[in-house]
Amino acid sequence: MTTSLTRRHFLGTVAAAGAATLAAPSISRAASRTLRVGTYGGFFEDSFKEFIYPDFTAATGIEVQSIAVPTGEAWLVQIKNAARAKSAPTDVSLMAGVPRKRGADQQLFRRLDDSKIPNLANLPEHFIERYDDGSLYAAGAVSWYITLCTNTDEIADEPQSWNALWDPANKDLIGLLALPSNSYLLEITAATHFGGPDILQTREGIEKVFAKLEELVPNVRLWYRDEGAFQQALQDGEIPMGQYYHDVAGLAAAEGFPVRSTFPKEGGVLDSGYWIVPEHAEPVDEAHEFINYICQPEIQASLSRNVGTAPVIDPALTDLTAEELAAVSSSQAPILPQYHIYKEHGEWISDRWNQMIGG
Amino acid sequence: MTRKALSQALPLIPSSVMIGVFFLIPFVLILLASVATLTPEGDMAYGFDLSHFERFLSWFYIQRALFSAGMCALIAVLSLLIAFPFTYMLTTFSDRAKKIWLIYILAQLSLSEVLIAFSWQILLSRTAGLGNILEWVGIAEKSFAMAPSAGAVIAALVYLAVPFAVLLLYPALSRMDRSLIEAARTLGTSPLRSFFTIVIPVNRSAIVSSSVTIFVLTLGAIIVPQVLGSPEHWTLSVLITDQAIFNFNLPFASALAVVLLILSASVIGLVMRFSGGEK
Repeated sequence: MTTSLTRRHFLGTVAAAGAATLAAPSISRAASRTLRVGTYGGFFEDSFKEFIYPDFTAATGIEVQSIAVPTGEAWLVQIKNAARAKSAPTDVSLMAGVPRKRGADQQLFRRLDDSKIPNLANLPEHFIERYDDGSLYAAGAVSWYITLCTNTDEIADEPQSWNALWDPANKDLIGLLALPSNSYLLEITAATHFGGPDILQTREGIEKVFAKLEELVPNVRLWYRDEGAFQQALQDGEIPMGQYYHDVAGLAAAEGFPVRSTFPKEGGVLDSGYWIVPEHAEPVDEAHEFINYICQPEIQASLSRNVGTAPVIDPALTDLTAEELAAVSSSQAPILPQYHIYKEHGEWISDRWNQMIGG
Repeated sequence: MTRKALSQALPLIPSSVMIGVFFLIPFVLILLASVATLTPEGDMAYGFDLSHFERFLSWFYIQRALFSAGMCALIAVLSLLIAFPFTYMLTTFSDRAKKIWLIYILAQLSLSEVLIAFSWQILLSRTAGLGNILEWVGIAEKSFAMAPSAGAVIAALVYLAVPFAVLLLYPALSRMDRSLIEAARTLGTSPLRSFFTIVIPVNRSAIVSSSVTIFVLTLGAIIVPQVLGSPEHWTLSVLITDQAIFNFNLPFASALAVVLLILSASVIGLVMRFSGGEK
């Protein structure tokens, strides 16, 4: 009795599975105009769901299925594992700078057709990423600035240069991000003391930059990984100076906290997320349509207003007011992260960095 | 005979299989990953490559490993210094008081490392922390920040470890034969002397096993050292997290994990041998 019941149950399951398999082609045909879009989970995803996807569906008829994805390397691992099984965890998704570079080396991203993304023309060259053969694989999606932030109660004079980090007068007053590949301090040092990123292209050059960077270590009170920990200390004046995110600092200032965000004369650091399409994603046309849609000036403006990101296109193309633009970006030339050096010299930079901050 | 052995072994099979599947296989995977090669594309290829262990053999990583072991040993000692007298007294309380205390201590275990780290961060800050009390009482001239510092890391980890220590010591101390102490007292030993010459030696094995547990527990802490310590206070576990999550270097992270494992296994082995040898 038990056996037959189990067996029947088993047969039933098989039958259902079979029916589902048979039905699958028609389901996927009926829903062929859906697109799974991955954005960083939390505030980002919520904002995209609220402000971007409904209009996209209205404009194109493509339904968006929103998927929360991790920010860092973990997401690349998932894409890679899915690629081994010839599938894709999303059809189009955000990808941070350094893992994007690694993923491109492993050719995990689909080659995109420029002609299907006419709005790509709105993007500056540094937001368009291509394989060695010239084919497109990533387009800028959202970006944000890391600036020099200070507590206005404790630091009366607004610092004008990143050089303030090296000022002996600021001993033990500074908070900096704890990793080379999210603080971009090598790039900041190169821009402040070596006239730009050229010096970072060789290991000897990076060593020189490290030697200079090492000089600011005594000034650092906190090497932070957790944004919240530094923001609290900055607001309280406990750690009155440091690098921080321009948009969040602006929000804190708007809430009345004594915090100011300064674009130093060398520029703020412009970090970005990029759209990529995993190699085995199916709705390729829809993915192109989506990227093209997001690259429109009015959508970029909406992202700046609602998500707090800086536009990846020339702000002059948007209808953002000077005030709205100042809240998310600056017209100055930015310091651009040299994502490739963290891949090429990753181990060495990581060891050298750990020794520098912990030695 | 065989049948009897079989009937005894049979009930152990499910748990052995569980432990085998969930502990042994991941362990073997970590071992394999620690000798895998990192390909130029950032991928991992299984093989036999000892370069990750070679990379560990620099003064920086050795120093971090020694620091981690030393700090966790200190935390184990401090936790025992606090927990042992407390648990000893707890066993003399009334049943009702004991129950309330034990429930209270059990409840402490529900606090995560994250909560503890951030609470201590506030407690040790200049603006909202203990420094203000010191200033008010007049001990300190002006409130000051006590974190990040080695003291902050140790304080928070001791705080995390003490409830574990109490719960590990409690069974042994409550089972202890009180007549031993009474006998010593009637023979004229002072309470303090009987505590050191009788209570501690009798409970030696409980003391050893709880210090080893606390040592291993705190060796795995990653949040407290990050939040309350400067980079020089980051333990090997923090570096493992960095390598695995941020640097995408699973082989090196695995190699560091294997080193950590060897480190804790040898400490446990030494302690067991040392405490067993005295008997």
